[in-house]
Amino acid sequence: MSKDVMAELKKDHISKLLTKGTRSDGRGFEEMRELKITTDYIKSAEGSARVQLGDTDVVVGVKLMVGKPFDDTPDKGVLTTNAELIPMASETFESGPPDKESIEISRVIDRGIREGHAVDLSKLCIEKGVEVWIMFLDVHVVDFDGNLFDAANIAANAALKTAVVPAKRAGKGEDFPLPLMHTPISLTAVKIDDKILVDPTHDEERVADARLTVTTIENGNLCAMQKGLEGSFSIEEVFRVIEMSRKLGAETRTRLPG
Amino acid sequence: MTPMGGMTTDIKLIDENGRRVDGRTPEEMRPLKIEAGVLKRADGSAYVEWGLNKVLAAVYGPRECHPRHMQNPTRALVQCKYNMAAFSVDDRKRPGPDRRSQEISKITSEALSHVVFTEYFPRASIDVYIEVLQANAGTRCAGLTAASVALADAGVPMRDLVASCAAGKAAGVVMVDLGKEEDNFGEADIPVGYVPRTKEIVLLQMDGDLTHDEYTKGLNMAIKGCEKVYEIQRDALRRRYEARSLDSDVGAPEGVQKEVA
Repeated sequence: MSKDVMAELKKDHISKLLTKGTRSDGRGFEEMRELKITTDYIKSAEGSARVQLGDTDVVVGVKLMVGKPFDDTPDKGVLTTNAELIPMASETFESGPPDKESIEISRVIDRGIREGHAVDLSKLCIEKGVEVWIMFLDVHVVDFDGNLFDAANIAANAALKTAVVPAKRAGKGEDFPLPLMHTPISLTAVKIDDKILVDPTHDEERVADARLTVTTIENGNLCAMQKGLEGSFSIEEVFRVIEMSRKLGAETRTRLPG
Repeated sequence: MTPMGGMTTDIKLIDENGRRVDGRTPEEMRPLKIEAGVLKRADGSAYVEWGLNKVLAAVYGPRECHPRHMQNPTRALVQCKYNMAAFSVDDRKRPGPDRRSQEISKITSEALSHVVFTEYFPRASIDVYIEVLQANAGTRCAGLTAASVALADAGVPMRDLVASCAAGKAAGVVMVDLGKEEDNFGEADIPVGYVPRTKEIVLLQMDGDLTHDEYTKGLNMAIKGCEKVYEIQRDALRRRYEARSLDSDVGAPEGVQKEVA
């Protein structure tokens, strides 16, 4: 209840700023927050990255192990994505089994990485139908100020780029870098009072009417999309967000390790 | 998105004449049948048969929202549960909610919330149950389509129906309403939920690989599909109300007698 009252007050404040063409942190509508990427952050993981996007702070670790392939993809490695929204990160997160929000976040991050073919899963086959590399992409949110979709996507890309397949440890020959293909970068925008702003803070997310995440690869092609929240988008607005995703995605891509 | 089982085949998704696996043209949807008011107990219901998909939707409410801490003092919650029967796919699906079905439940609830006058029912819950009895690609669209007819059948005040249809790409061709083979072995899928009266997009997802032009073509195809679905939804409701007025003519005991599918 008290939360809703706060949200109303905040909504008024945010709306007022938006009519003046600005945001509470002074950013333009199509401006991302400051991005800081630290790779090789966790030594116990095969690949890792910490990403700070404004006050949002996420750590992603990649772990690899040998396992059985799925029946319908006997010659491909397996990708599993999981996001943990731990109570440390926000008063709105609770411990226990994943809720709807964290399931959606896991699946949207997974979709971007999978459909954008970040990893060449066909090169992660050890013996067709018998043994493949199973890759776990775990997202740990440690401090939450909105836009987990993009912070986690960037961290996942960075972690994958530094990951090494631990073949030696598993008795499968020499270690080798994770075989990569593309760099699918997501961009999330929210709609508040018919205005579209990218990289929303937590307060902006709380008062947003609708949300759209668009993931693109280097050549500008689209590989994943997810609309969320109860509001709607017009067709023109969808294409505006796609344009922003291409432009800002290309900028983010230059910040990632080679 | 989620391969529904099956083996990799050399199946030809488009033949020499530009026809699809089931003989359709790229612009052609699978046959769609909708019937409103098919369940007796529920406050509203609908049955959708879309190609080989068989989907039921039921609405209970507006009713008291449990648990109470979920209640919103200013409006009703639309709570949708999408569920697939264990026998609805080739390889038996483990019963109960998985991550895919929970995500679909969430985005379907959000899409429906946009059209329901939730502010008329503070603290209440409007529960929507979608059961997929037989799945053949496009079940989230079939579910959303059925759910909005069921809401209307329950007499829940709405701004409009949400119509839903997907488009995608298979064998390099952009096409509407992907079938199972096209979904499994194709290159992209764009499910859309659309409010035809206001031209608003309330559900939108995409996966695969599409150029800008392909995406533009696909989105427009999906919206055109939604407009066709909308006509069939409205027709189902019209038939439902004709049936109701006939019932009252013969003095049905409670004014309303629901027929069974």
